[in-house]
Amino acid sequence: MRAAPLSPQMTVALPVLGAASILLAWQYLLPLLGVPAYIVPTPTAIFGVFQKNFALLIDNLRPTLIEALAGFVIGNLAAVLLAVLFVHSRILQAAYFPIVLFLNTIPILALSPIIILIFGLGMTPKIVIAAVICFFPTLVNMIRGLDSAGDNEHELFRVLSATRWEVFWSLRLPRALPMLFSSLRIASATAVIGAIVGEWIGSDKGLGALIIQATFNYQSDRLYAAIMLSSSLSIALFCIVVLIERRAIRY
Amino acid sequence: MPNAIEASKLDVGYGGQRAAIKVLSGLDLTVAAGSFLAILGPSGCGKSTLLRVVADLLDPLGGTISVLGATPHAVRSRRDVGFVFQDATLLPWRTVRDNVRLPLGVGQGSLTRSIEDRSTELLELMGLGGLGERLPHQLSGGQRQRVAIARALLGEPKLLLMDEPFGALDEITRDRLNDELLSLWRRTGTTILFVTHSIAEAAYLGERVIVLAANPGRVVTDLDMRPIKQEGNRCSREDAAIVAAMAELRTALERAS
Repeated sequence: MRAAPLSPQMTVALPVLGAASILLAWQYLLPLLGVPAYIVPTPTAIFGVFQKNFALLIDNLRPTLIEALAGFVIGNLAAVLLAVLFVHSRILQAAYFPIVLFLNTIPILALSPIIILIFGLGMTPKIVIAAVICFFPTLVNMIRGLDSAGDNEHELFRVLSATRWEVFWSLRLPRALPMLFSSLRIASATAVIGAIVGEWIGSDKGLGALIIQATFNYQSDRLYAAIMLSSSLSIALFCIVVLIERRAIRY
Repeated sequence: MPNAIEASKLDVGYGGQRAAIKVLSGLDLTVAAGSFLAILGPSGCGKSTLLRVVADLLDPLGGTISVLGATPHAVRSRRDVGFVFQDATLLPWRTVRDNVRLPLGVGQGSLTRSIEDRSTELLELMGLGGLGERLPHQLSGGQRQRVAIARALLGEPKLLLMDEPFGALDEITRDRLNDELLSLWRRTGTTILFVTHSIAEAAYLGERVIVLAANPGRVVTDLDMRPIKQEGNRCSREDAAIVAAMAELRTALERAS
């Protein structure tokens, strides 16, 4: 038998209670168990960092935000444009898509030093890394999405003597949107990862740099605060994508 | 008035001129303008393929075909042909009305005549008044197929090609849509080619019913239904002459399979 569905109040209250129980256990149970504060600081200690070092956190959030956002936009835009080119030229797709797939197998951590060698130490290499990490999933999804219209749908447009351009705007693109948005959701998290990885390797600014510095200085409360901030950044990006998706896809 | 369709020694296949798998071979078919032709045949006999050649979705390998006195391509460019698929093929992101209006938005460049926005009239005609702002997923199967027919009628086609349009519907809905289609045909005078799997549907709808055989597809039976029907292609499904015609079509279909 399936359990009866929860009331609306409970569906809100239960996750809040769940989170509160974990925070309480973290706050009071872990120190009792003898877990040292330099490994896992208490929630109040982490919250204290947000009060004490708010300016520091915001100063480091700003570059990461810009890099992740710019990488997100550039990487996804490039992927969409290349997908459009590929679905309109089977020759180009046959010639270059396998190479693109091969490049995708290079781990981003292995690629990052090269990108930093090329672009130096500013924000640019971080943006490039974030863009590269967003690029592949969107490219693959977008190609599949643009090709996902059925034979009947293509025949319908042909009976109406639709031009390629009309088939693209009225059929292929709307058909591709659900798949595009599912990769944009993923990219909202990976763009932040890309920016942070870039900052680990060559930066003294940004959440990535803050994470590395805090780790080496045993400032674990600061480390945890930086981690929370980066995850909040991903969540914010994710929510923006979902909001746009709800407006764009009504069915 | 030229015939709606004149096909002679028509060969149609897939896979190019040489290695072609022939779907239709040496098909001769003449369809009078304004008539209602039902096409029966076993799976793979090329019923749908024939419609696709008429609609200029597929080029024949050999033989000649003229549609409304011109080439299929010219007829398609003039938007004189409407196509209704087995699944309604509605665009799920467009409202019902915008689906019906699709022919206004695409392919206008090749048109020499102007098409009016008759969507309101057509929605009323198909019993969809008040549903114009719904999305396709909010409709029943029968309603979706009505939308598809309204869309095909928007450009006032002289020829309506229907590829098992009611095949996925329940029997009650199918019977009702058959009656609506017949009254639509009487009013508009559009030539209709109607492909179906159902012997009963073919006998009820067609002024004339042809049976295609498979491998390769050709006409094996050509039955004129007008002598056993009343004025305006009217008949009762239980009429003895119709039942007898259905038995004859069944025998032909069994031989063709």
